[in-house]
Amino acid sequence: MTNLTVTLLAQTVASGLMIGLIYALIAIGLTLIFGVMDIVNFAHGEFLMLGMYASFWGASLFLLDPLVTLPLTALMLFALGVLIYRLVIRRILAAPMLSQIFATFGMMILLRGVAQFLWKPDHRTVSHSLVEGKITVLGLQFGTPQLTASLGAVLVTGGIWWFLNRTRLGTALEATSIDREAATLMGINSQRMFALAWGLGAACAGVAGALLSTYFPIFPEVGADFILIAFVVVVLGGFGSVAGAFWAGIIVGEVEVLGGFFVGPAYKTALVLSLFLLVLLFRPRGLMGKA
Amino acid sequence: MDRLTMIKYVLGVVILLLTLGFPLIVTQPSLVNFAILVLMAAQLGVAWNILGGYAGQVSLGHAVFYGIGAYASSVLAAKFGLSPWLGMLAGGVIASLFSLVVGWPCFRLKGHYFAMATLAIAAIVEILVTNWDYVEGAIGISLPMNTSGWAAMVFTRSKTPYFYIALGLLLFSLAVSWIFKRSYIGYYFRAIKEDPDAARSLGVSLSHYKLIAIAASAFLTAMGGTLYAQKELFIDPGSVLVGSLSIKIALIAILGGVGTLFGPVMGAVVLITIEEFTRQMFGSTGMGTDMIIYGGIIVVIAVFSPGGIAALFAERERAWRARQRRVVFNPPGEGI
Repeated sequence: MTNLTVTLLAQTVASGLMIGLIYALIAIGLTLIFGVMDIVNFAHGEFLMLGMYASFWGASLFLLDPLVTLPLTALMLFALGVLIYRLVIRRILAAPMLSQIFATFGMMILLRGVAQFLWKPDHRTVSHSLVEGKITVLGLQFGTPQLTASLGAVLVTGGIWWFLNRTRLGTALEATSIDREAATLMGINSQRMFALAWGLGAACAGVAGALLSTYFPIFPEVGADFILIAFVVVVLGGFGSVAGAFWAGIIVGEVEVLGGFFVGPAYKTALVLSLFLLVLLFRPRGLMGKA
Repeated sequence: MDRLTMIKYVLGVVILLLTLGFPLIVTQPSLVNFAILVLMAAQLGVAWNILGGYAGQVSLGHAVFYGIGAYASSVLAAKFGLSPWLGMLAGGVIASLFSLVVGWPCFRLKGHYFAMATLAIAAIVEILVTNWDYVEGAIGISLPMNTSGWAAMVFTRSKTPYFYIALGLLLFSLAVSWIFKRSYIGYYFRAIKEDPDAARSLGVSLSHYKLIAIAASAFLTAMGGTLYAQKELFIDPGSVLVGSLSIKIALIAILGGVGTLFGPVMGAVVLITIEEFTRQMFGSTGMGTDMIIYGGIIVVIAVFSPGGIAALFAERERAWRARQRRVVFNPPGEGI
């Protein structure tokens, strides 16, 4: 192999890692919700989309960088997640799986429609971003927005992990996801935990959206590009496993870019989905899921 | 036979006669087209219901069978000059075989996992077809429209013949669905759906009957795909293989009532009416109002009537029978 090929390959692996970390953050939100209450949220990509629009409006109305408004974006999405739980999800907890799928699916269409209504179907980009240009490390070029976004994703993922494993509230959430009834008997209010899971899940997707908004176009259907990938990451990592989703996100990012590199960009999603099927068939509990 | 059953039969015959005469009474092309859309949607819902409703295996990838039906007949017609009637059968057979190949491994999965596997398979096939030059990839296939008439299943002057083909296909699918529901296979399906472990312990081969369900469902769905191709005379992956189509097919049955014979038909009437109405009223504005209403109604129905429209009727019927002071046992999954 020539030197050029090695550099190119290293560059590809690095970009796979960077996008993989974003996938991981999106999927962690999804897996939290699933782990705690067994509901697959089809509207998860729309939380991401709303996070992107929140950043966009912060940037265009108040000239605030998406990274500055990020905590606010997270809070707003947290509130939206809790609101959706209160209004819709709470009522379908005992419903058959089908109605649950379609409640969140209907919400997906609804939120896309709302975005289109409020902000038109145009593609938009954030213009004044703190992070622009490229930096070169060890002969590899990194886009500064991409690098910042993946670093941000790692930080938030670490924060979520710390919250779940090292705080009282987080432990209560974990307990609810392991055994709802036992947790209730221990005095944990499972309704509050469910609301918390929705808030956190939506906030994760919203933060990922804010991080992406520095370099990714913003439009009402943008969630569709990410939701399928997020499903793959969740299944690969094991439903409900935050650590699993983190590693799976990186694997999926790598499969995607390396697949695009070796097989062709047109097939990269097909490769990721094939990996998904293989995992489903041969190890349905994923890398780190509960048996 | 009590009064209610008689009313139902009379109502059924009246609706059938009205449907048969619809294109004679209503001549407005846009309304005929609307009726065709409803019939085609109902047929797909009935087909999905055999697998998703009776056997309880929720597929979110039925567009793949629809696409196979549309592509098989179109490729055979455009490249080999084969009649679409034969193409329809060929599409059904290919879709059934494909469903057996993917169903065999996927039926080990339960609930969400099976649904997601079907979602993934459909997405993979969409990508592969989009990049497959022999079937014109993303450009799509245009069907020749120089020969019009029943032999070629191409009608350029009036859409009315499509109405009757769609109606025939729907009645055929309903007949298949009815046979499944009434025969011993239907009871096995229900056993598999309600309690797979108990069914297996009684000697019901789960995979065997699930495969029967998916093969039948795929065959009927593919027939619908061929009809779509002949009606539009143009197909591409974005119209017959797209993921939102899979969801729509499932939604028709769920909205109407899963596991009931006529539920998917009611679901199609309601869903297509909402869809077309909101599109006519608000769609042209590009404001997303149609999506807000469409999505909002789906959420409301999922939250307030998880059993679909059929469940509302079934409740009324139970109440009526209770008022007649007759205790009637309604087995689970039995709608109207």
